[in-house]
Amino acid sequence: MFGYYLQLAWRSLKRSPGLTVLMIVAIAFGVSASMTTYSVFRAVSGDPIPWKSSRLFVPQIDVWGPRSRRKGSVEPTEALTYTDATALMREHRAKWQSALYAISPSVVPAGSGAHPLKSDGHAVYSEFFPMVDAPFLFGGGWSADDDRQRAPVAVISSKLNQKLFGGKNSVGFPLNIDGKEYRIVGVLDNWNPQPRFYDVVNTNGFTNGTDDLFIPFERSIEANIDNDGNTNCAEPAKEPGFAGLKRSSCVWIPFLVQLDDSAAVSAYRDYLQGYANNQRKEGRFAWEPNNRLRDMPAWLEYQQVAPRDTKVSLMVALGLLVVCLINTVGLLLAKFLRRSGEIGVRRALGAPRRAIYAQFLTEAGMIGIVGSVLGLVFTGVGVLGVGWVLPRNIAVLAKIDLSLLAMTLLVALISAVLAGAYPTFRASMIQPALQLKSN
Amino acid sequence: MSLHPIFAALRKHKSGVILITLQIAFTLAIVCNALFIIGKRIDNVGRPTGLEESDLFLVSQQWVGAPSGDEPKGAKILENMQLEDLATLRNLPDVAGVTPINSLPLYPSAWSGSVGGRPGNGSIEVPDASIARVTYYFVDDKALDVLGAKLVDGQFFHAQDVMSLQARAQSRPSAAVITRSLQEKLFPGQSAVGKPIYIDGATLPVLVTGVVDRLQGPGWATDFAWNSVILPVRRASSFTRYAVRAKPGRIEAAMKAVPSALYATNPMRVLTDESIKSFADIRASAYEEDIGMAIVMSVVCVIMLAVTTAGIVGLTSFWVGQRYRQIGVRRALGARKIDILRYFQVENLAISIGGACLGIVLAFALNILLMHYFDLDRMPLSWVVVGVAIVLLLG
Repeated sequence: MFGYYLQLAWRSLKRSPGLTVLMIVAIAFGVSASMTTYSVFRAVSGDPIPWKSSRLFVPQIDVWGPRSRRKGSVEPTEALTYTDATALMREHRAKWQSALYAISPSVVPAGSGAHPLKSDGHAVYSEFFPMVDAPFLFGGGWSADDDRQRAPVAVISSKLNQKLFGGKNSVGFPLNIDGKEYRIVGVLDNWNPQPRFYDVVNTNGFTNGTDDLFIPFERSIEANIDNDGNTNCAEPAKEPGFAGLKRSSCVWIPFLVQLDDSAAVSAYRDYLQGYANNQRKEGRFAWEPNNRLRDMPAWLEYQQVAPRDTKVSLMVALGLLVVCLINTVGLLLAKFLRRSGEIGVRRALGAPRRAIYAQFLTEAGMIGIVGSVLGLVFTGVGVLGVGWVLPRNIAVLAKIDLSLLAMTLLVALISAVLAGAYPTFRASMIQPALQLKSN
Repeated sequence: MSLHPIFAALRKHKSGVILITLQIAFTLAIVCNALFIIGKRIDNVGRPTGLEESDLFLVSQQWVGAPSGDEPKGAKILENMQLEDLATLRNLPDVAGVTPINSLPLYPSAWSGSVGGRPGNGSIEVPDASIARVTYYFVDDKALDVLGAKLVDGQFFHAQDVMSLQARAQSRPSAAVITRSLQEKLFPGQSAVGKPIYIDGATLPVLVTGVVDRLQGPGWATDFAWNSVILPVRRASSFTRYAVRAKPGRIEAAMKAVPSALYATNPMRVLTDESIKSFADIRASAYEEDIGMAIVMSVVCVIMLAVTTAGIVGLTSFWVGQRYRQIGVRRALGARKIDILRYFQVENLAISIGGACLGIVLAFALNILLMHYFDLDRMPLSWVVVGVAIVLLLG
């Protein structure tokens, strides 16, 4: 029977090719627009470290007080001052923690003739690497001892290793950073988490570049390597230079801690509260403690890492899908009801409603299948076309993969069947007697 | 002609009419909002920065192993290196002018702060309307011609105004030139020339010597885009930027000549592919998102209008086909072709108007939703009128 329905559907579709093409194209457009924008949305709202994002936290301390806040806001600053960051490091209350800041020092390749390079990276503490699960190709991070001794050691990306050493194991090799010699202790494997969750403050989440260089925090400070990220001040630093910046109330240091269970989280919350209270007692803060301890997903949400444009686009594209579906419902309805006479004859000859259902849903399904295949093609074109339209740092994240393809097919089929449901219902409700009489 | 038979006929196929009305309404709602978004983005991109944008490019470079600009001795060395670079660039055959600068309009990096017309209290914060958030540009006396900014009042800096400062020093500049919109904010209705301004909550003033027509801040400074302060300061830092104006039409040659000339002056420096950027590129990357969004919205609008039009055509032709017999009867009873045509036109118009009415309501509902979740502005009525016009035309 199914084969017969297919044949009937095929004939019916062939009878009005314009209408058929219109329905197929409408479904394809609606589905592909939605799936293309969804692929972008999925890319920017993904969790960069899903296996432990709920155990990574960003502490915030209110160093400026209520006076300097924008009207209506109660949020403390997004980064820490040098004073607070180093205090939190010294007191070491989390399982793992790291203050960090963005650096962009020069790297001078060994051998003559080559021009110096600029390498973006971060100055971090040794606990940073296990905390973010950075994968190593050669060697590993440095030790807590290296942190304390401000050892001239460095971890480089595989990209920089390729550029400087042709990709061989460079652990133990010297590296000239900003005119001073460092020793390479580790080479990272391909690692470029997007969004750059450990430094959202300076990257807004998505960046084109990779982090090529990591050196010990205290070492970087001692070597006067400038902050390459944002420095925000409520008042100008009282003394000039890097020394002045260190003692100022300017915030420029992102901070990351790992807390493994809820007990540790509440203990750390209490600790921050106590810390702020102490600062108040010492006269540094003249206001109630106002700390935050957001876990990584909440932090990314708070920082609005996913660009709003992608959400608006997704909503508008879904609207397009709805319009396309309504369009298809209307056309199918017209098409099916035009065949009232045929339905009347079939019913009169003994076909049950079920048979009518099956026949017309087959027809709708056929449109759905062709529409979804076409939609798949359009989605492919759309995702590739995204690179022309969107900023590069976001466009490269939108990818076609199996789950996107499967979802496209599913959405298209479901929409076609949904679009076919009401017209089919109406068709099956046709009274045979009325139709036969009028013909 | 009375409308009664039309409505009677429409009642016969209620579901079809409802579907078309719904489709028109949704299309109108979405197209209105999309057009509104497109319009806003295009407005954004079209704003002039206040620069003479062609033939202008930015050079960013960093010296390797240079002394720290935080100490007087290091600062002196860095100043000399910078002057050497400036001389090198000014001597290039295709270059018309060069100024040291910390950033250009629309470039993401910026130095921002606050400026008031009364002595400050040491704090940068912006407590009320008498203090404005601003973007600073640190330049030398050649900057006006290099940037191509239009001086509308007073005068620009002289060579002796230009101070050399340590990298992070907070010393008081000798003079300031501000934008017209900042003048309007700090000294409404008056000329700012000769008046004191107080920078970053300073208690000591800097005198305004001139006013430029406009000079935009970085792309992200949406709420203080036009409040800029130009200061005659060269910063001694191992990282420097130079704005270069090429001779007319010679920008490519000038950009190409820069790296080798700078390396010849001092090879111990970093120049990357990103180091030399034409202003056209800076503008393009600043508005990448806006243009992208406008394109996405346009594509969606075009598809949606096409689908809706095709849908209406399909359904109408089906209805006409269904009513051949009825048309035949009417024609036989003496109706002219024009009467039949008019009948269907009025029918379509009635449906379109119904859809448009519902669509207007939906359009504003959607706008309110977008405003709530995405900080979009309220949509002015004119966009809806445009949308309604389009939809009625389609009908």
